[in-house]
Amino acid sequence: MTRKHDITLTINGHDHAITVDARRTLADAIRDQCGQTGTHIGCEHGVCGSCTLLLDGVPVRSCLIFAVQCVGVAIRTVEGLAQGDELHPLQRSFIEHHALQCGFCTPGFLMLAVGILENEPNISDADLRAALSSNLCRCTGYANIVKAVRAAADELRAGP
Amino acid sequence: MDKVLGQSVPRLEDPPLITGRGRFAADINFPHQLHMRVVRSPHAHAEIRSIDTQEALALPGIHGVWTASDIPDIGPVDLRADRAAEVLKPYRQPVLAKGRVRYVGDPVAAVFAEDPYLAEDGAELVAVDYAELPAIVSVDDPLGEFAPGVGTEVAIIPYSYGDTEAAFAAAHAVVELDLLTGRHSGVPMETRGAIGRYDAAKDILELHGAAKVLHRNKETLIRMLGRKPSGLHLYESHVGGGFGIRGEVYPEDVLVLAAAQRFGRPVKWIEDRHEHLMCANQGRQQHHWARMAVDAEGRILAMEDTFHHDQGAYIRTHGVVVPNLTMCLFTGLYRVPAYRARAHVRLTNKTPCATYRAPGRYEASFVRERLMDAAAAKLGMDPIEIRRRNLITKAEMPYTIAFDEPEAKDGEIDSGDYALLLDKTLAHVGWDSLGPELARRRAQGELVGAGIGMFLEEGGLGPSDGARIAVDTEGDVEVITGGASLGQGFETSMAQICAEALGVDYRRIRVIHGQTDRIPYGIGAHAARTTVMTGNAVHATALAVRAKALDVASEILQTPGDELVIADGTVTRRGRATGPSITLGEIAAFLAPASKNRGAHAPGLNAEEFFNTTETVFPYGIHFAVVRIDEETGHVAVERFVVAYDVGRAVNPMLVEGQLVGGCIQGLGGALYEEFAYDPHGQPLAVTFADYLMPTAAEVPDVEVLLTEDAPSPHNPLGIKSAGEGGINGVGAAIAGAIDAAISTPGAVTQLPVSPQRMRELLRDRQA
Ligand code: FES
Ligand code: FES
Repeated sequence: MTRKHDITLTINGHDHAITVDARRTLADAIRDQCGQTGTHIGCEHGVCGSCTLLLDGVPVRSCLIFAVQCVGVAIRTVEGLAQGDELHPLQRSFIEHHALQCGFCTPGFLMLAVGILENEPNISDADLRAALSSNLCRCTGYANIVKAVRAAADELRAGP
Repeated sequence: MDKVLGQSVPRLEDPPLITGRGRFAADINFPHQLHMRVVRSPHAHAEIRSIDTQEALALPGIHGVWTASDIPDIGPVDLRADRAAEVLKPYRQPVLAKGRVRYVGDPVAAVFAEDPYLAEDGAELVAVDYAELPAIVSVDDPLGEFAPGVGTEVAIIPYSYGDTEAAFAAAHAVVELDLLTGRHSGVPMETRGAIGRYDAAKDILELHGAAKVLHRNKETLIRMLGRKPSGLHLYESHVGGGFGIRGEVYPEDVLVLAAAQRFGRPVKWIEDRHEHLMCANQGRQQHHWARMAVDAEGRILAMEDTFHHDQGAYIRTHGVVVPNLTMCLFTGLYRVPAYRARAHVRLTNKTPCATYRAPGRYEASFVRERLMDAAAAKLGMDPIEIRRRNLITKAEMPYTIAFDEPEAKDGEIDSGDYALLLDKTLAHVGWDSLGPELARRRAQGELVGAGIGMFLEEGGLGPSDGARIAVDTEGDVEVITGGASLGQGFETSMAQICAEALGVDYRRIRVIHGQTDRIPYGIGAHAARTTVMTGNAVHATALAVRAKALDVASEILQTPGDELVIADGTVTRRGRATGPSITLGEIAAFLAPASKNRGAHAPGLNAEEFFNTTETVFPYGIHFAVVRIDEETGHVAVERFVVAYDVGRAVNPMLVEGQLVGGCIQGLGGALYEEFAYDPHGQPLAVTFADYLMPTAAEVPDVEVLLTEDAPSPHNPLGIKSAGEGGINGVGAAIAGAIDAAISTPGAVTQLPVSPQRMRELLRDRQA
């Protein structure tokens, strides 16, 4: 039997004290033990990107990292994007551009896009498309996702 | 509220999904639940000599381990009642393998544990002793025995009309092709999931995580588990894509229900991706030998097609619907005087097959359009001209395709102006200048070319679907349907239809779907019938509520009903912004059961109506592709892709376009990258996303959608047809034509997908 670890995860600024096996992935810990099910699991082998979230501002696949590795790290998930009722510009843009159908891939794409735009606000169209190609969507065919992120990038750059 | 039907209004579905508050199967939890893990066959075909569960059971946290002998009273996964031909029954899949496994992934045992990680540990300790048997891997392999006296060729199904023999004998020219379509599947981003729960207080067995065709699945599960109709219910929550494969009854659904009842604890199963790629329904794999006879002007005289349909290891819930779908609209948009098809439905030791978006149609369109291209090449005609010459004309509508076989359903095409759509497509792409431009680029050494695929769809199959609508005293509306949502915007579409008919803001409408305890009937979401059937049921019901509201309002406002209008939930006199008015909420209060004013009116502002039809609708489309091939790598870049589609009438054009684009990209995956390949022993080679290659944002073109409403269906009041499959149907056909044109080798493409390796082979053949 694997040894249990008492750890604290900091998700969207809130501390969650949990007990985990060393082998528990961050995705499972966040979903099952912290009750934040907005982060989805689509493959568990690092390809689909459904589980993407931000660790200290960097997009990471939470199925490929263990919860015990994430102590003292700022974890941001889709649940933390909106400020109260005020949607993040990317969230609004996804609605406006019909960038989601089933919505399963959406949290992963949103967090990927947040990471991209925060780190590289002036990203070119070609680089944006290349960066977004790291996640999979089976419903939309991507065009509207790319449009939504581009529009949000322009809005964010223009400032409030 | 202004007109909302036909408008691209934002979706009602989005707010929870965009904020991480969706509720997909894996997000559903019940207190005290157990977790199930399935032990699966590592062999394509083997006898099970013994199964030892002792070690697994000894592991702390393991609650139980089942093999077939633990569920002797549960039969194989049943076929849907309407698909249950006697000859198919021996081929059904046991819930847990009995004595023999028939594909890699076949369920052998189920482990129940306190935690999903422990369930996996337990599954690894279940020791199964197998004796391997030879596997049938190719559908063209010699036939074998499924069981003593039961062969692996399940059925040979004929479809025919007219005198093909005479037509071929009299033909000016005959083209003959040998074509293969690869094994693909829908591969939704959410894997399957099922949570069984037994509510002892009510004696109701609940299945959560259900999808697609809940009412039909309920019937199947009731039969299999011996429950009363009132004692089992299915609940749909968010579903992360369906594409035909999600939401059928699979062994795991039966297992969680049986276990929940036996253990008295909820049982949760979430499929992992590896399992999904081995176990969820696959499709498309067919081997065709097709030929076509034409006269000197390129007019079609006859088509003939014999094919082997790779059904995989078992017959699943759909029976043999896919080969039927391949044959029934095989002739497409063309006038074909004589036609003869034979499907050989054969089992192989691979993942079982069933419907995947545009089932049978994608395959048929590939074959038919390859025949058209081949005939054009043979006669030295333009591929577009030969198609145009054979199109069924508007004047011929309605057009009937009547088969000789009594069990083959005739095609009664309701409406269409195919030549008009072709003209619009060519105008859209600027063919007059694009054609010469591509020729010029080819002359300069570029490998570029255009291809076209034209197709017919069928949807809206009845016979009947109902809806219930109730307005509460606040004026909010609840629409209860038996439909299902797989992410296509069902709630929004239904709300728009209701809003338009009733005169309320669509955002005040809550649409219920996929809850078998809310409404006893429902067609679910399949065969592109939801918008047509459920949409028209909602329309009829909303009109009934409207009539009721106007009846009461005319009494209260002392105005004849035909002088009243309802807008934004308020009844007023026509043409008068001011003056007496009453809201729907007030009418609902007036009609409350205990209301003193109600008089002789039935209580409640509500109605239930059905939409009944014996007719189907026939949307149609044209796919047009331009590709550029990299001679070095074999990479096929799609420069342009146009989906032209007549949807009859679009409830929400944004959603229709979304469906068409998404479907198109799935089709491109199937045409260029995706393939479930197997080794000679039947071992699947694509069991991760690193091997099953789906398109990403980097590969896809910006699909251009040309949505037309030139041929609304006369068969339903809304005139709507279906849109779910129009994006994918002709993609393989168009890409094949474009590749042929790019490498100036007519008939080069004989197999889908045209992966980079195959493309390089084609380029090598061309040089040789
Ligand atoms: S679930 Fe993590 S990348 Fe797919
Ligand atoms: S919206 Fe369904 S997978 Fe992206």
